[in-house]
Amino acid sequence: MRSSRSYFTQSFQHDAGMLSRVANSLYWMGRYLERAEHTTRLLDVELQLWLDQSPEMGAGRWRFLLEALHAPGVEGPVNPTQLVNTLVFSRSNASSIVSCISTARENLRHVREQCSTRMWEQLNRLYLDVLDVQPEEEWILKSHNFFLLVTEGAYLFHGITDATMSHGEGWQFIQLGRYVERADTLTTLLETHFHRMTVPIEKPIEGAEYLEWVGLLRDCVALEAYCKAHTAEIRPLRVAEFLLLNPEFPHSIRFSVDRVNAALHLIGDLTQRSAKLPTRIAGRLRAHLSYSQIEEIMADGVTPYLQNVRSECSEIHAAINEIYFDYPVETELAS
Amino acid sequence: MTATALSIRGIIPSSFVNYQVDTAYDEMFASAGVPREHYRALHQTLLGLPPEELRRSQQAADLAFLHEGITFTVYGSKEGTERIFPNDLLPRIIAAREWMTIEKGLTQRLTALNLFLRDIYHEGRILADKVVPRELIYSCRHFRREMRGLNVPRDIYVSICGTDLIRLPDGVFAVLEDNLRVPSGVSYMLANRKVLKRVFPSLFRDYGVWPVDHYPRALLATLKSLAPDNAPFRQDPTTVLLTPGVSNSAYFEHTFLAQQMGIELVEGRDLLAHDNVVYMRTTAGLQRVDVVYRRVDDDFLDPLCFRPDSILGVPGLFNAYRAGNVALANAIGTGVADDKAVYAYVPKIIRYYLDQDPILPNVETFLMSDGSQRQHTLENLDKMVVKAVGESGGYGMLIGPHSSAQQREEFRARILADPRNYIAQPTLSLSCAPCLIDGSVESRHIDLRPYILMGEKVTLVPGGLTRVALRKGSLVVNSSQGGGSKDTWVLREGEFGEELMEEVRKELSVITPQGKLRVGREERTV
Repeated sequence: MRSSRSYFTQSFQHDAGMLSRVANSLYWMGRYLERAEHTTRLLDVELQLWLDQSPEMGAGRWRFLLEALHAPGVEGPVNPTQLVNTLVFSRSNASSIVSCISTARENLRHVREQCSTRMWEQLNRLYLDVLDVQPEEEWILKSHNFFLLVTEGAYLFHGITDATMSHGEGWQFIQLGRYVERADTLTTLLETHFHRMTVPIEKPIEGAEYLEWVGLLRDCVALEAYCKAHTAEIRPLRVAEFLLLNPEFPHSIRFSVDRVNAALHLIGDLTQRSAKLPTRIAGRLRAHLSYSQIEEIMADGVTPYLQNVRSECSEIHAAINEIYFDYPVETELAS
Repeated sequence: MTATALSIRGIIPSSFVNYQVDTAYDEMFASAGVPREHYRALHQTLLGLPPEELRRSQQAADLAFLHEGITFTVYGSKEGTERIFPNDLLPRIIAAREWMTIEKGLTQRLTALNLFLRDIYHEGRILADKVVPRELIYSCRHFRREMRGLNVPRDIYVSICGTDLIRLPDGVFAVLEDNLRVPSGVSYMLANRKVLKRVFPSLFRDYGVWPVDHYPRALLATLKSLAPDNAPFRQDPTTVLLTPGVSNSAYFEHTFLAQQMGIELVEGRDLLAHDNVVYMRTTAGLQRVDVVYRRVDDDFLDPLCFRPDSILGVPGLFNAYRAGNVALANAIGTGVADDKAVYAYVPKIIRYYLDQDPILPNVETFLMSDGSQRQHTLENLDKMVVKAVGESGGYGMLIGPHSSAQQREEFRARILADPRNYIAQPTLSLSCAPCLIDGSVESRHIDLRPYILMGEKVTLVPGGLTRVALRKGSLVVNSSQGGGSKDTWVLREGEFGEELMEEVRKELSVITPQGKLRVGREERTV
């Protein structure tokens, strides 16, 4: 952590680790930015789809969207303005896009000396750009530009982070936050999806159902990657397999958990805590995903499977908190 | 001197058109149109540069500050509280022999003040001998009863000090204020230098200026030298900088110094005290902390001991300090020695402990607790500067000549209600230096804040922060009140070369190998 640490000299043991508060901020910065990206993607896909549909048809999907995003419950019929306000601009919804970017920035602002200047500048710029946008009438029709701004701003930030920050403990905590959040949001999205749909089948599908599955792939920026792997024929079972178990695609659950696991191992080595709880849960979940087969999962029920993944994710989060950020002083002093 | 006198010299329109010299000491000109010797080269350079060029350079410098995020926070304004600290491009130049006086004078003063602090928190000889009135000390807001009888490492209470100097009309440097609690501004000194070297590289090289870049290193060495003897890694103690957090006006400086020293920047919530040992919470577990460079005021350091509503501090820190398990820089309770009423006694304090005449004089100061001095002040309020004794940063001040009748009435009432809380000084005309105002060179009032470090040895970085009252005619240089700053060049000229400087420094050495304060050649136990 200390800049003076050299690969050639043995560092003192008391030099290991970084401030828990700082690690915590970087972790949450990663999580919030990922959440902003996820919400942006889902909304963008949804609103594009809505333009193709009659108002009545579209409105039915919005409740599902709110559910998939864990947004605060909405009574009665959902209208587009309400939807956009809740998910994009609302400050009372901590998971709205504006709230997420603002919180991510606030987290980075408190540990500004830990990141590179370019990183700070980029996130600050994204924040200012987003604040600049006002929800005027007909905003939805132009919303794509806004979503593009957020997505590209976030991509740029990740690029700058990778290129300008040491890939040490702090960087690993950013990745950890990012992929814990991704695994969690993906799982929720899939859960909501499978809940609505009939059991996925091997055969290619058509019609309204086809649109639903393509929409799901788009939500995960996975359409092109899926087509590369399985051609443009949409086979629900393969889509499920792709988004759950693909080891190479960045927006699959397995990929995200692999990353969580890798980050936790590196952090564990740096802090001499590799035998601790978060690493064990993450390793177990990773093994589980690596050796599962989609047919088995479907046979045993996809919902319980996803529920298990989600609860393991929150256990990982709780364990990270307990081991790295907010550990009890008594046990720490006793050891 | 008039502008035309200067512009005749060259065909290029002079940048000095608006330069006015009044009764104040002028840093650049000895008399109308005649620059002092050590300013001659700068004067020539400025005459050779057209206004557009100057304006361009200033813009380049401003941009450099903006990009590096060199900002400070102004309290009391709602929006956009983060501002760029205005920098003036023209260096303030100090001749070597002038600097020697400052260096000697400040070392003497800080030595005496440390002896004074040790005395009033132990035997109180100076009070018993009635050199300083007992009630003055005990009524001071910054006096910390809790510090009575507590021994601090090396007996050094103030290890980081920033003293405000002004130059009187006769050219003599005098002390305006001692800042013995948490002086700030040193990051601007370093930033100014970095930018100036970029803007005037050849002028800088030709002048032969003492470097200042080693300040963070010297600060770290000073802090480490305060480590408690029982620290587990005595030779490499864990040192941290304790900041109140992002919303503090000097947060930029805190991050800057922590980064430059390579130490951890912590907030109160990162630290905890257990069994009188201070730890910081890291991802690898609790790590013992040995030295805390705290930029948090006494009041907020430990809610168990001082203000109970403080969330910036560390509960139990004071007991750990008391137990000698952690060092604080500066020590707690140093504010008693920079109380503006105690300030008036500093010349006596120097004589009492060191048996020497003060090298740097004080500014004439009237104590409002004294009947006749108060009377004199109240009769001349429009000519005086009135200051609250415990305030800093230019807050709680009345500048007589620039005040309204209503403000004077208000201060009259405040003085009468609480005389101990106020002092008055004649309105001093701070010296003037050339500043770049919108492409032309104008004269503005300035002061000087050199930074003194006292640990295993005394370190003064040659130079310091020259603060500028950027508003025309203004005498207030504080950043919070529309002030700016400029780079300060101390020259390594001729006879006052490096060797001599070293020799003088050795002579001044006040710390013995045992770490006691030493006076002259003999150790003095207080």
